[in-house]
Amino acid sequence: MNQVGFPLLSLITFLPLLGGAVIMSVRGDEATVAQNARWTALWTSLIVLGLSLILWWRFDPALAGFQFAESLPWLPEFGVGYRMGVDGISVLFVLLSTLLTPVCILASWEAITTRVREFMLAFLVLETMMVGMFCALDFVVFYMFFEGVLIPMYLIIGVWGGPRRVYAAIKFFLYTLAGSVLMLLALLAMWHFAGTTDMTVLLRTAFPQTMQYWLFLAFLASFAVKVPMWPVHTWLPDAHVEAPTAGSVILAGVLLKMGAYGFLRFSVPMLPQASAYFAPLMFTLSVVAVIYTSLVALAQTDMKKLIAYSSVAHMGVVTVGIFSLNIQGVSGALFQMLSHGVVSGALFLCVGVIYDRMHTREIARYGGLSDRMPAYALTFMLFMMASVGLPGTSGFVGEILVAIGALRVNFWLALLSSTGMILGAAYMLYLYRRVLFGRLTKPDLRGILDLSPREALVFAPLVVVTLWMGVYPSSFSHFFDASVAALVRNQQAAMAAPARHALLTMAGEEVVGPGSRAVSAVGSSGDAR
Amino acid sequence: MNGTLMNWTLALPEIALSLSGMAILLFGVLRKEERGFLASMLAIGALLLAGVLMTATGAGHAYDGQFVVDPFSVALKLLILAGAILGVALSVDYNRAEGIGRFEFPVLIVMATVGMMVMVSAANLMTLYLGLELQSLSIYVLAAFARDNLRSAEAGLKYFVLGALASGLLLYGMTLVYGFTGTMDFVGIATGLADPAQASAGLIVGVVFILAGLAFKVSAVPFHMWTPDVYEGAPTPVTAFLSTAPKVAAMGLLLRLMVGPFGHLLAQWQGLVVLISIASMLLGALGAIGQRNIKRLMAYSSIGHMGYALIGLAAGTVTGVRGVLVYLAVYIFMSAGAFAVILAMRRGGRAVEGIADLAGLGRSDPALAMLMSVFMFSMAGIPPLSGFFGKLYVFLAAVQSGMWTLAIIGVLTSVVGAFYYVRIIKVMYFDAGETGFAARPATLSIVAAGSGLVTLLFALFAAPVIAVAEAAARALLG
Repeated sequence: MNQVGFPLLSLITFLPLLGGAVIMSVRGDEATVAQNARWTALWTSLIVLGLSLILWWRFDPALAGFQFAESLPWLPEFGVGYRMGVDGISVLFVLLSTLLTPVCILASWEAITTRVREFMLAFLVLETMMVGMFCALDFVVFYMFFEGVLIPMYLIIGVWGGPRRVYAAIKFFLYTLAGSVLMLLALLAMWHFAGTTDMTVLLRTAFPQTMQYWLFLAFLASFAVKVPMWPVHTWLPDAHVEAPTAGSVILAGVLLKMGAYGFLRFSVPMLPQASAYFAPLMFTLSVVAVIYTSLVALAQTDMKKLIAYSSVAHMGVVTVGIFSLNIQGVSGALFQMLSHGVVSGALFLCVGVIYDRMHTREIARYGGLSDRMPAYALTFMLFMMASVGLPGTSGFVGEILVAIGALRVNFWLALLSSTGMILGAAYMLYLYRRVLFGRLTKPDLRGILDLSPREALVFAPLVVVTLWMGVYPSSFSHFFDASVAALVRNQQAAMAAPARHALLTMAGEEVVGPGSRAVSAVGSSGDAR
Repeated sequence: MNGTLMNWTLALPEIALSLSGMAILLFGVLRKEERGFLASMLAIGALLLAGVLMTATGAGHAYDGQFVVDPFSVALKLLILAGAILGVALSVDYNRAEGIGRFEFPVLIVMATVGMMVMVSAANLMTLYLGLELQSLSIYVLAAFARDNLRSAEAGLKYFVLGALASGLLLYGMTLVYGFTGTMDFVGIATGLADPAQASAGLIVGVVFILAGLAFKVSAVPFHMWTPDVYEGAPTPVTAFLSTAPKVAAMGLLLRLMVGPFGHLLAQWQGLVVLISIASMLLGALGAIGQRNIKRLMAYSSIGHMGYALIGLAAGTVTGVRGVLVYLAVYIFMSAGAFAVILAMRRGGRAVEGIADLAGLGRSDPALAMLMSVFMFSMAGIPPLSGFFGKLYVFLAAVQSGMWTLAIIGVLTSVVGAFYYVRIIKVMYFDAGETGFAARPATLSIVAAGSGLVTLLFALFAAPVIAVAEAAARALLG
């Protein structure tokens, strides 16, 4: 069935649920249950990480298509099946998710003291949803995982969050749900047009141009909220500020990538004409996001909020890269997504370290920490520099590639989107100075302790990955080179081909059964190839 | 009328259920059964027996074409029986605790069930009315079952008066249809209307009256006014029952009538159903936001859900009918489960009904809170729970028929609806609450856990359910 001979992706996806079932079956007094839940969750996520390393070893980067494919009939008569598979674009996100989950569980070891069992359960369910979303090759399956993420994340923010957690949780939930339901309509329209929800078929289906525009807007509503793009980013600062540290890490590290992944998986390859048509809109929104949110970040007094706004700015760079629709831009966007996943996650962990000690995120309450916490200062500096995009760290590679990609589109685009690097340096260095440098004058900071061994263990893998990605980027980028090249090639081929379906009206304006158009749609896939 | 046309064995489940109902009544009277437990168990047995008999009987017309058994009616009857069984199971402990545990209760549910089964098997306007009234009269009594309780009596009376009005509308519509087509037989009406020229204004008025009468039964806007009051006032197990089986029966009847005998008038009634559907979705979503009483909230929620189900009817296609059936199938389990949780809300020997009373449930009873979250997320239509599939298939029907307005309003109201479902979860988990509820009886735990499993794991057995719905829809549309 695939190159490892067993359903590896399903195992990675659903093993956390098994761990969750074990956690739920633990009985005893509260302390025992909590301790068992922690260890079970950690071991489950580590085993999942180990399994996903098999992906790393056995994945063949030379192939552009989907690997480790699995397929089971589910709702066969309607062309819906349980289909899993990864290509160069998705495989590293699976690894990112499985890497960040044990890190988060370890980071909440002591920070979460109430309802530990439920917290660990929610986290494992979240891991299932995230990994499943990146592996899904069927649109209905994808949508189920994509939306399913909301349930555990809503509970994580709402139950274990800060003082305004209820507001933040409900805002997060409704914002993302409102976007997603419009994608549901796009899903239904594509299903009706192609007669199947198999994404490998949808990728080869040439949708008529008018329909592409509507589909693109529906996808945009969903993915723009998730990325988040300006002006629908306002849920993010609230959610980040109120979420517990581990929740912020996953939110910044993986959940934001779901939107950009959606653009790369659906919008660009399935709707090539619409992507080119709407690219200027995407550039505008992205550039506004980069400049505006960077300036907003400069003015923040709350550390988590500052990093949240910086995330919006960094994701703006990602969307510029994706819609530049050339190899450098898309590769840069992918690299930036991976780098941002690790680096912003680590920055939230850095905030979490001092928050756990002082229980405040106010920048003004800190200062001069480098005296008492040298190891922490060094770690924070590394991730701060990576976020800024210093050469030698992971942040640099993505930024420079996106800049090159944007330059091939338009000089001004490249110039404006690169101002994010300068502004990024400004707000990050300013943050760093206020928190870590200067004289240690606040009396309650005199007793603050440096990183504990557990915290050092949390940061260690992230430090390694950040430097590795910066020093030897091709060990990551060779995973997606073939897939990105194929993506860009198909996009350009579709643009070059005369839009044969341009005159077709939107599907669904007449009553026809599902599948009636599948044959013609697949038959004309020469357009896309 | 000769023996082959009688074909009475097709109605064996209904006959058996009626006889069992009467037998339970006799048994109750003779045994002077006060608690009603044994009668309830016997009623569940009778309902199960009817379900078994149903799989044994064949398909075809009976009673000279007045009664039809086809995959459509079988599918709906199974849902109705499931709803009735859940309703009886939910009532046992509540009724005893409230001092209304009398043996008449399960008997009335059994009789209402017989009425509903006749409704969905009707092939003639008279049969339809017969079933409908048997069902309605039983439920009027049930709504007022806590006769010493003012609110319950009021609910029963209100339901009776408005229900009688709806029956009047329905009858008036039926006479018009009979007058203009000359037959009460569904097949006869369908053949009579095959020629569009036959669709005179009087006939259309008749169809509109019938639609209005049945819209009352499914509590669709603008015939929904009774719903919040009756839901709130009636004893909670009756509310639970009201929200499941009768909804299925009325919706089934509506489907059979509209796409069957009036199928050729699709162009005439489609706009009306679209309007009713949109209004129901909007009112269901917006009306629930301000509610403090969870039973009233469930009333608005059910109005909204019927709005979604009506999307499928508005499409008027096989996909649409299939969507409605899938929606009803997932809805009765979500609803029964949610009501099991509501019934478990007892504190100090009294039932509490405020949404705020759920505060802190996540801590005091994690299992119950988790089940309620499953039902609420499912009602909000979040995958992978069953409610998502219900919505998926009705929206698919709307998209296939090109009804984009309906689909877009549908998904947007589902976001508004999500707000109040999610608010309940917020109350349970995020708000600090009082002490927990009294220990919940085993029946409630079983119903809640069973419905919870169905809701949670629907994705695993969606294919056979959808296949059954597809077969039923094809039987209806031919």
